[in-house]
Amino acid sequence: MLLSNLLSGKNELAEEVWVALRECTPVVLGVVPFGITCGIMGLTAKMSGIETILMSVFVFAGASQFIGITMLGAGITGWGILMLTTLLVNLRHLIMGSSLAPYMVRLPFPLQAFMAFFLTDEAYALTISRIHKTRYSVPYQLTVSIVLYLVWVLATITGVVLGGYISDPLTWGLDFAMPATFLVLLIPLLADRISLIVFAIAAVVSVIAALYLPGKWYIIIACLIASLIGGLLEEDSEHAQ
Amino acid sequence: MRSEVFYIIIGMTLVTYFTRFGALALFRFTGVPIWLNRWLKYVPVAILTSLIVPLLLLPKGYLDISLHNDYLIAGIVAAFVAYKSRNIIATLGLGMSVMFVLKLL
Repeated sequence: MLLSNLLSGKNELAEEVWVALRECTPVVLGVVPFGITCGIMGLTAKMSGIETILMSVFVFAGASQFIGITMLGAGITGWGILMLTTLLVNLRHLIMGSSLAPYMVRLPFPLQAFMAFFLTDEAYALTISRIHKTRYSVPYQLTVSIVLYLVWVLATITGVVLGGYISDPLTWGLDFAMPATFLVLLIPLLADRISLIVFAIAAVVSVIAALYLPGKWYIIIACLIASLIGGLLEEDSEHAQ
Repeated sequence: MRSEVFYIIIGMTLVTYFTRFGALALFRFTGVPIWLNRWLKYVPVAILTSLIVPLLLLPKGYLDISLHNDYLIAGIVAAFVAYKSRNIIATLGLGMSVMFVLKLL
């Protein structure tokens, strides 16, 4: 009895890891060209190969790294200004962390602290869509997180090594892989009236904000406004019932 | 490695980690408040939308709603396939194929 429980537990774990590997593959393919570009950019900004790779190993945040490398390349080396920019670019992770908090706060503290390091846009999108489809799963989030991390570091190394030989992979249109996979995660969520309204508001606000605000502010502003209105509409419909 | 770059990498690592762990560390003691929970319900839709839509409508940093915008055309195809199939491989395969053909044209 105990053995069969143990075995079924093991099967469940293997199943969860397998599903995670399958579902993260397309997203991972979308990350590769960005990692390679990051490696190439580091070299063009006169950073050494080791510096560029270590940045991917420790920081592990695509947008912040691109902006940080660009600033270093432009001769902006002030520590404070680089930290402030990183903070602003990454503020969206606070919202993603809050969104996963109801599921993650029950976990052992060291595990939370460990998984938080890997909380990228991609890992968040996959994990939250898994929650909507079935339920929150630690092995799923861990698998997705670690695969994305390894691929990011390996792609950066590839970019550093091949730097001189290949042109910028983002000009091939490979960067389209990311919005395409996010679309598959988004569309099943648009199943009710409030979600569609939230979608419309986020679309309009993000485009307007992207036109007029620097950096990644458009994500934060659009997300805050649209989800807040969604929450208020939800409250109204609860009172109406 | 230059010490200047070393301190920048360490700083960026700590700041990034703070944004990823901050919310969890805070709610660990208080739990997630009910009003916030209601608000958070629509965060996935809002955040995915604001990640995707500007990438498709402003791929070069300015608003481009035209047939010359490859990202928009491939995005519409991908959205249609995603809606019909709910399949990530089919969506990515067809979307990337369209993108590739448009880039060749």
